[in-house]
Order: sequence, then structure tokens, then C-alpha cells
Amino acid sequence: MEYSPKSWTMRVTVTVLFLFLLAPVLLVFPISFSGDEVLSFPPQSWSLRWYYAMADNRQMVSAFMTSLWLATVVTVLSLLIGIPATYAIVRLKVKGAQFLYNVFTAPLLLPTIVLGLAILIVFASSGLLGTFTGLVIGHLIVTLPYALRVLVVSLGNLGLICEEAASSLGARPLTTALRITLPMMTPGIVASTALCFLVSFDEVVVTMFLAGPRLTTLPVALYHHVESQADPLVASVSVLLILLTLAVVLIVDRTMGLTRAFVK
Amino acid sequence: MSGAAALDMPVEGTGQWKRGNVAIALLLPIAIVNGIGFILPILNLAGMSFKEAMPGGGIGEAITTANWTGLLGDGFYVDLVLNSLLVSFVITLLTLVTSYPIALYLHRATGSWKSFLTVLVISPLLTSAVVRTYGWIALLADDGPVANAFSALGLTAPRMMFNTTGVVIGLTEILMPYMILSLMAGFGRLDPRIEEAASTLGARPAQAFWRVIVPLTMPGIALGCLLCFVLAVSSFITPKLMGGGRVFLLATEIYDQAIVTLNWPLAAALSMLVLIIFGAALFAYSRVLRLIDQG
Repeated sequence: MEYSPKSWTMRVTVTVLFLFLLAPVLLVFPISFSGDEVLSFPPQSWSLRWYYAMADNRQMVSAFMTSLWLATVVTVLSLLIGIPATYAIVRLKVKGAQFLYNVFTAPLLLPTIVLGLAILIVFASSGLLGTFTGLVIGHLIVTLPYALRVLVVSLGNLGLICEEAASSLGARPLTTALRITLPMMTPGIVASTALCFLVSFDEVVVTMFLAGPRLTTLPVALYHHVESQADPLVASVSVLLILLTLAVVLIVDRTMGLTRAFVK
Repeated sequence: MSGAAALDMPVEGTGQWKRGNVAIALLLPIAIVNGIGFILPILNLAGMSFKEAMPGGGIGEAITTANWTGLLGDGFYVDLVLNSLLVSFVITLLTLVTSYPIALYLHRATGSWKSFLTVLVISPLLTSAVVRTYGWIALLADDGPVANAFSALGLTAPRMMFNTTGVVIGLTEILMPYMILSLMAGFGRLDPRIEEAASTLGARPAQAFWRVIVPLTMPGIALGCLLCFVLAVSSFITPKLMGGGRVFLLATEIYDQAIVTLNWPLAAALSMLVLIIFGAALFAYSRVLRLIDQG
């Protein structure tokens, strides 16, 4: 057995493993153009019928609109809440900053199934179940730790020189924060915007506990569809989801480089 | 640092800029959201596991350990927990075996080829677990491409849907990106010159791999295994969809008790059990890291 990257055993192994890793995602594309009544691969005939079916499916369309609107609201709120908190933790160096950071990012360590159940029980008694507000709070618990992590790293990596120059030239702290610090945080803000949007848009488990029969998101609607019937409709919706994700990722990549944004 | 502090001195305490008050105002929104949506629910959940479950979804006021003694005394739940741990363990091992070559290859790749492959590794991570599970259902169905490949070779395909085999295959693939990224993060100490030295000194490739590469990458292996194990224990979408109600794991049981049976105290006790397993895994991880450091 040879382990150098150029050896054939290594190349073949890695290619096979990559195929395994990407198979389920790649498979969705041909299935979405199936003309069959039920899910099968390879399809017996080809057509666009499942794309039309998707557009005609009022439940899917309304779930998609809910997801889009929810992810947008959650992303904006995550930034509005996360940026001031980041400033307080990194620049004002409040007492116990590290402790606060750990508490605020702790939901990230918790399994979503436990988080979903915990929020369900509290929300059930306060009438927030199946409401948009309830979903926003539930999603914020999941997205805020991501936002805070990315923002704290990005602000922590910035030098103090520009801010010091501004205040020694007479700028007030608020002016310095808004006109120097905030613009310099742009890459971190772009990365956390994309991350919050994708995480909120894809969130299934917590949402399943909090959504109601009248208000559901696209991933949850997809989940229930897969659970009840096996047809190619999910494939065409998935293609749409994948393209949306790709668009967001490309925007981030152009702005600051993908690896820096997500691998961190 | 002292320069920054000195610059801030003149403005501090002038009334319009009191550092402490400003910091509290800036941290208040996140503290409120965190309190309402995280700390309060989790404390409530811990308390719920000691409440009495009434028939029909009611919850008694009395404090009882019945849920816990019931959990530990009932053969079904003991089996459920042991089965969850075993399945998660198998998934972790399979994920490690399938991810290691990719991580090693990526670690040695360079330039745009490396970036491209890294994007390929991350992209499934950004695709919903529902979508990827759906892909696996299409692949592993009774008359799907995998079953057809088996019969083309003249073999009978094993059943891969609605049983543990399918869940293991699906989850292994779903967790691979986490493992690959963890491994790569821990590969920093792996210098190609060390491998060269090993082979110059006469080590055969297998020897170099087991006695040089693997020990050096132990921190990455430990991190990836911890992450995949806890994610496997708490995974819910794939076991639920691919198990078709026939695979019983901790996470699916929590959901069924909470949503179908409406036994919240029992669901809460099961959730606490998941957190205890998390704690144990974290403890094991820290011990392994210490062992590696002592080398």
C-alpha cells in the first residue's frame, strides 16, 4: 500500500470516497427531471412535470415564502443583536467577557433535539407555539452562536491602530465605533449574514417542534413529504434549495473567501 | 494595550460615555434572547424530568424520580440506549475510515485544486439533511441503483431501507464533512519531510503510516470522533426517515415521546440522558488528549 498523493491506489480510493460523499446530492439533479409517477433511479422517462408540480403545490410555495421571510428576519436580528454584543465583548472587554461568550455560544454545543424539546415545553405554556414570533426566537437561539463566533473572531483579528488614530484625532467613541470599527468588520458581517441565513433556512429539528399545522417552513414541509410519500417532487425542490445555497456561498466566496468564512 | 487604555481615559466617566453602562446596554438584547430561549428552557427541561406524567399528556406537580427509575428499570429503554451507543460507535468508526484518506489527500493537495476539493467537502454540509437523506432513500430503495448493481453481479442485495443498515450508511455520509474538517484541523503537525525521513530511514509505507502518520494525526482523529459520535447520538432526521419507524434510537424516541405520546417528563429524562452521554464523551476526549500529550 502506497500513501503518497500521486499513487494510483490513493487516487482511486479518494475518488471512490468522494463519489460516496457526493452521491446523494448529485443524484437529486437527474431525479428532478423525472417523468415518472414515483421515485426511481434511473427514471423511466424525462420531463419537467415535477417543477410544474412544485409551482402548483400551494403548501410548498407558502412554506418556501415562510422560510425566506423567516431566514431574512432572523439574519437581520442576529446581526443587530450580535454586533453590539461582539463590540462589548471584544473592545469594551467587560468583566467576565470569556464567560459571557461561552454562555452565549453554548446552544451550539447542545443537540438540536434537546434544544427543540426544551423550547417546545416553555413555549407551549406561553402560546408561542406555531407562531412566527416563536419560530424567530427558536431560530435566533441556533443562529446567534454562529454569528457571535464569526464576528468575535473577525473583530479580534483587527488591529487597534485605526481606532486609536481616530480617537487621538478627536473622534468620539461612538463616532469611532460606527465609522471606523463597523466598516472594518465588513468581511465578518458578510460571513455571518450568509451563515445565519443558511442555518436558519436549513433548520429542521428545532422548527419541527415549534411549527404548527398552519405555519411551516420548507425543510419541515419537505421532511413531512418524504415521510409520507416517495415521489420526485422533493428532488425538484431540493435542486432549488441547492442552487440557492450555491448562490449564497458564491457571494461569500467572492467577498472574503469560503474557507476563511466557514472552516474557522 | 496601555496606549488604548490611556486614549480612553479622558472620555471615561464623563457622563455620556460610561463604559460599564454602555457594555450592559450592548449585551442586554443577546442576554434576553439567551435567557428566554436557552437558559430558562434548559433549566425547565431538567426540572421536567422529575415531574410526574399524567395520562393524556398532563403533568403532575409532585416531584418524583419515577421517570428515571422507569428508564433504568425498563428493558426496552436500556436496550434503546445501548443500541444508540453501539450504532453511533459504528457510524463514528466508519466515518473515520472513509474520511481519513480524503483528509490526508486534501492536506497534501495544493493551490486551486485544494480549494476546489475543500468546497466539494463543505458543500454537502450546506445541503439540508432532509435532501441528503432523500438522496439515500433513492439510492438504497429495493429497486434502486445499489440493489440493481447487486443483481447485475448475480448477488441478492441486502435490505437497506427501513433498517439499521440504511441508517448507518446515510449517517456515515452525512457526518463525513465534519470528520474531514476536524481531521484537517488536526493535521497541522504532519510535515511531509517527517514521512520522507521515515522512508529514508528504511520504513516501509505501511510502517510509516501506522507508526508516523497515525500517531501525529491523533489529535485530529480524537476531535473528529468526538464530534461525529455526539452528532450521531443526537441525529434524528436520517434515522426517522430511513428507519421508517422500525429503527429505535434515543433521538427518535425523544421526538415520539414529546410529539406522539405527549409524555414530556419521559422525553425530558431521555434528553437529560443524551446530555449525560455528551458529557461522558467530552470527558473521554479530554482524557485521550492528555494521553496523546504525554505521548
